[in-house]
Amino acid sequence: MLLQVIWFVLLGVLFAGYAVLDGFDLGVGTLYPFLGKSEADKAVLRKSIGPVWDGNEVWLLTAGGALFAAFPPVYGTVFSGFYLALMLVLFALIFRAVSLDFRAHDPAWAGVWDWAFFLGSALPALLFGVAVGNIVLGIPLYGPGQLSGEFAGNFFTLLGFTPYGFNPLPLCVGLLGLGMFLLQGASWIALKSVGDLHERASALRSTLAWVFVALVMVATVITEIFAPVAFFNVLGAKLPVVGIVFVALLLVSLVWGRLAANGGKDLHAWYAVSLSAVALTGIWAAAIFPALVPSLKDAKGVAYGPALTIFNASSSQLTLMVMLIIAVIGVPIVLYYMYLIYKTFAGKVNPDGDGY
Amino acid sequence: MVMFERRYYKSQSAEDKSWADLWVKIFTATFVIGVATGVTMEFAFGTNWASYSRFVGDIFGAPLAAEGLFAFFLESTFLGVLLFGRNRVSAKFYYVSAWLVWAGSMLSALWIIIANSWMQTPRGFKVVETGNGTMVMIGSKLMNGPKAILTDFFAAALNPSTLPRYTHTVSALLVAGGCVAAAVGAYHLLKGTHKEFAKTSISYGLAVATIFSVMMLVTGHFQAVEVVQQQPVKMAAMEGHWNDGPMPLGFIGFVNTSAKTTTALEIPGGVSFLESFTFTKPYPGLNSFAPADLPPIQATYQTYHLMIVTFALLILGTSWMWWLNHKGKLEENKFLLKVLLWFWLIPQLGIQMGWAAAEIGRQPWIVQGLMRTKDAVSVVVPAYQIALTLAIFFVIYALLFVGWARIVLGLIKKGPQVAASKA
Repeated sequence: MLLQVIWFVLLGVLFAGYAVLDGFDLGVGTLYPFLGKSEADKAVLRKSIGPVWDGNEVWLLTAGGALFAAFPPVYGTVFSGFYLALMLVLFALIFRAVSLDFRAHDPAWAGVWDWAFFLGSALPALLFGVAVGNIVLGIPLYGPGQLSGEFAGNFFTLLGFTPYGFNPLPLCVGLLGLGMFLLQGASWIALKSVGDLHERASALRSTLAWVFVALVMVATVITEIFAPVAFFNVLGAKLPVVGIVFVALLLVSLVWGRLAANGGKDLHAWYAVSLSAVALTGIWAAAIFPALVPSLKDAKGVAYGPALTIFNASSSQLTLMVMLIIAVIGVPIVLYYMYLIYKTFAGKVNPDGDGY
Repeated sequence: MVMFERRYYKSQSAEDKSWADLWVKIFTATFVIGVATGVTMEFAFGTNWASYSRFVGDIFGAPLAAEGLFAFFLESTFLGVLLFGRNRVSAKFYYVSAWLVWAGSMLSALWIIIANSWMQTPRGFKVVETGNGTMVMIGSKLMNGPKAILTDFFAAALNPSTLPRYTHTVSALLVAGGCVAAAVGAYHLLKGTHKEFAKTSISYGLAVATIFSVMMLVTGHFQAVEVVQQQPVKMAAMEGHWNDGPMPLGFIGFVNTSAKTTTALEIPGGVSFLESFTFTKPYPGLNSFAPADLPPIQATYQTYHLMIVTFALLILGTSWMWWLNHKGKLEENKFLLKVLLWFWLIPQLGIQMGWAAAEIGRQPWIVQGLMRTKDAVSVVVPAYQIALTLAIFFVIYALLFVGWARIVLGLIKKGPQVAASKA
């Protein structure tokens, strides 16, 4: 019982870590064609994430592995149910993984790899939010029988075309996620660049911050109307206080970000939007706890099939304990050397420096 | 790459730096392909093998998560240092980073072999029913929502095939790496460019390839003994052993699956001798197993024996060329240098054939004796989507291969660049 809750929290930490770290480099990749006016600008954009993007992406792999180990039925149901959507993400991540290195070594194909870098960043930046939106809303699962616990929808279900009619929540959260990643990206670029690029990134950061605030408000209203169960969960229907704390953190992060940006404190502005990413992950967790895959509900609140929760879909206590030991040994080591690396590569980017 | 970094760390000469830089570039261009295709494999357990994931997740997920935490983070973080850190970190930090990338690769291989070995020789678990109404055959029993539960972590992780397979796999990939280094050297010696770099690459490459080809005699032996003892059906298929009795050690041959005979150049009782030190120890033949439990026999036999042939070529070829190189006679021998230029294909073929034999020979099981491959798939994914995505993967992987080959071949042709390596 306790171990299941611990693993729910640890998965939240892994997803929050991923949102903070890969969030900004997905954002940089999506902004790349828009902010990269000159070859020198583009070099700064690439080098600003060059040493760290690969390590950042490992947070996703580790979160996926941890989900597999701690809650296997969730892993199986979500990954097979979201098949085409995940394949799209996968194709994008494949291109993104090779694009920077290949571009550096193959000038003749630089245009091809620039596109691969942009699309490989933009597509996941949008689709991760859509996936989160689906999990908040709940997805239709088959009840007991031959297909028990399997996804009972298709690709379009995930875009909001549910068995109970169109629901705008998944697309809305998709846009919210994209907006957040773009803001993280612009904040990172402002932090790492100088001169004209820094001016443009700072201006874009201000605009995107307002867009992000607007998207948060729209998402709040749409969640209240189209996913009331999740909405009241955040307010404390199932789990008191936690949801409210994250909502408060989100508000704090928005104010902090505005003050920091106005004061020209680029590092603090980036910290602030990173806090927004953590807060949104926490709100997401509070909206679904103790489910990992809530079931879709009709207007009267009747569920379409069972939900997969941390209690009915977890691994054995022994596995959860073994995994906890692995995490307790591994996570501090990882955090320590990641801190070392970020410290090593801190400061403004030199467009003529090492690497791609 | 680490050996060249070590050389530069000791000498701090500009020339050694350019050599090390080149190997870092070749390594990283290849590494990103590994990142891209590795993500695919982790996703695939859930996307394409959901029933398998639900059944084994309690045991199989932990090594995957541990691989991410202990290996992927280490590799990818310090690879960033290798790529971007030459002028930012101390020479010692950089050199240690190269070793950490090496350690990450070795750990990555360990965890993934642990996971795969559990599929070959599962231990440390029990099967329970969740009762969710999904009926699956487990072994010979129809069970209601079955799942395997971990009972003993160390028994599961250090199952009987983990260590033999780990040492066997790692020695194979070191041989493969050594042959690539030697081939790059051979290219430049033939062209008459970067002579010192070429000679060093050949020396390092052949030394590593020879040492681990010889090691392979030991690791391959223990791997085979493990298969004889733990997966008798697979071994019988590998040797085309139809009737109960002493098992021969074949070199090349052909299996007639309709007449149930095997014609081969073989040492009678050879496998029996290697496993038990007597030529007469009997083993069950393919005829003794239920036809439904047999793997595709011809494919298992041929892939296994192709691997054996490549191994014979490897141990003779590498040790002979290493000896000639040691005597200083290799660099004059144009013909042998041409052979060496293409010799890296042999370990590549051997690795592919070895894995094919290991995985085809385990069929029809995805987890030996427990779950059949046909019961492991994602039931909700329609066949056309599998076909479509498979076709897209072919196109994407082909594009990646072309992109990678352009870069790596370009880097090799150019060779180490002393002047340009300031960047």
